[in-house]
Amino acid sequence: MSTELAVKTERLSRVYKAKKREIVALDRVDLEIPAGELFGLLGPNGAGKTTLIKILTTLLAPTGGRAWVAGVDVARNPWDVRRHINVVSGGESSGYGLLTVEENLWMFTQFYGIDGKTARTRIRELLEIVGLADRAKTKIYHLSTGMRQKMNFVRGFLTNPQILFLDEPTLGLDVQTSRTLRGFIKDWVGKRPGKTVLLTTHYMYEAEELCDRVAIIHDGRILACDTPGNLKRHLQREVVFRLRVTAIANPEELFQHLRGIQRFSHAEVNGHTELHFILEDENALPPILTAIQRSHGELISLEKREPTLEDVFISLVGRGLREGDGGAGATEGEPG
Amino acid sequence: MSSPTRWEIFWRTVMGRAYPRVVGMQRERSWLFFETLLPLLQVSAFVFVYRAIQAPPEFTGFVVLGGAMTAYWLNVLWSMAAQFYWEKETGNLELYIIAPTSLMAILLGMAIGGIVFSTVRALAVMTLGLLIFRVEVSIVSIPQLLGVFLLTLVALYGLGMLFSSLFLLYGRQASHLSNLLQEPVFLVSGFYFPVRALGSVVALGASVIPITLGLDAMRQLLFPTMMAQFHFLDVRIELGVLAVLSIGFLWLARRALSYMEDLSRREGRLTLRGQ
Repeated sequence: MSTELAVKTERLSRVYKAKKREIVALDRVDLEIPAGELFGLLGPNGAGKTTLIKILTTLLAPTGGRAWVAGVDVARNPWDVRRHINVVSGGESSGYGLLTVEENLWMFTQFYGIDGKTARTRIRELLEIVGLADRAKTKIYHLSTGMRQKMNFVRGFLTNPQILFLDEPTLGLDVQTSRTLRGFIKDWVGKRPGKTVLLTTHYMYEAEELCDRVAIIHDGRILACDTPGNLKRHLQREVVFRLRVTAIANPEELFQHLRGIQRFSHAEVNGHTELHFILEDENALPPILTAIQRSHGELISLEKREPTLEDVFISLVGRGLREGDGGAGATEGEPG
Repeated sequence: MSSPTRWEIFWRTVMGRAYPRVVGMQRERSWLFFETLLPLLQVSAFVFVYRAIQAPPEFTGFVVLGGAMTAYWLNVLWSMAAQFYWEKETGNLELYIIAPTSLMAILLGMAIGGIVFSTVRALAVMTLGLLIFRVEVSIVSIPQLLGVFLLTLVALYGLGMLFSSLFLLYGRQASHLSNLLQEPVFLVSGFYFPVRALGSVVALGASVIPITLGLDAMRQLLFPTMMAQFHFLDVRIELGVLAVLSIGFLWLARRALSYMEDLSRREGRLTLRGQ
């Protein structure tokens, strides 16, 4: 394969064997990520994102197909792959509680053979950037979740990897910390051409804000892969409406027979029902409003808007990212 | 900046992984009470049994030495063999695996940290035991004593590395192995009496646990008169067997780790928590 590609997969598959059945976590995934790209993998929980990351980081063997990272086959030569990569995962609790932040970070640099002076310089610089310099001497069991995740970020970037895997890196963090870390990622890639980041997330705005290209993954398959702009452009023939109404029962039944609805999703937000429609044209809207009225729902707001990645996701998967996974995507209250 | 060589990564990993154990010891000093005075109580129980039956005073020495060496056996079982289970639960194991280092280096770092920790406990038990119970030793040969002690540790920690590969694959299920080995080994390795008392066949079988021959040889080198009638094998033979065990266990550990890591990757168990 070309060395210009940071990551390449060919019909990559992973099947887990449970007691009486097989679970297909990845299904013949073909992917090419050029060096220097900030690439997003977008999908709900259980879509196969983490399985893909585990294979690419040599933690898991594929059951079919092949994958290369930095031009090296991950199954045949895992040690060579490891020289080029690092990983940061959301909710990570690595390190040793009795050690301070800087001691833990120093320890992890030793596993990459980084000399003491370089390690200390990088630790100081990176802690400063993420705003954790004043906690350098704090034992990590005294850190809050956000601080701990900042430390994990620093750990991932400390080794200056050629390819960095960020697996749901802002999961469960507050808005401010998430923004700091996203800013850090953008800055790091911006200043280092040639470095590649593969980011998995189920926060749409995160993928939209950070990524050069995005792949949408669902049930182990890549459904679409393009720049966020191009993905949205596919939807521009359609019309996207967001309606907020008083709580209504069984929205699926209510709208299933109406014409002109391409995709539809709904979510309960603060006692109201949020309805999200991708319509063939605006003529499909009046019957929807009539149906809401008939079910004794009251319209609170109606918004016509430009397609977002969320709309792209709904049009491809048939449901929103927040449905069925505990609403994790809504916890931060950021623009969706 | 040039890339570090495999050897540089190996030795830096050893130092890096030994660090938390050595530093952690100093940060939580409550262990000093639990790890020195409490083991001494156990030793005392055996000492008073021997005194009650008017056994020769050297038997007190046998018990104190055995009591000191328990520190290493417990450390090997619970902080070497079982450590990968805990590392998996905290997420550290993933970071060890994805780093361009060797798991043997990680284990060697753990072993060095563990030896420092256990040696403090062993020295405390030995010193307090010798002083409190007024045990007299007559050292036959310091170099031989040091050689036996070091080879026992190398072989013992090599065995611990071998066990740790099982934890890589089986996780918590493998802790039964540690439970299964802890007390029986105290018995068959002769921690509190000369192993020959169990008969040659049992002693020979128990010799696969390096501490069996290590204890027998160290007792011969510290209490030569009494051990003349209780020794199992000649010290030179025991040194030779310990050397073979050291090399054998380290070699097996390396092979087993590599095999188990590969198998765990195929079965998806490297990052499977709570198993």
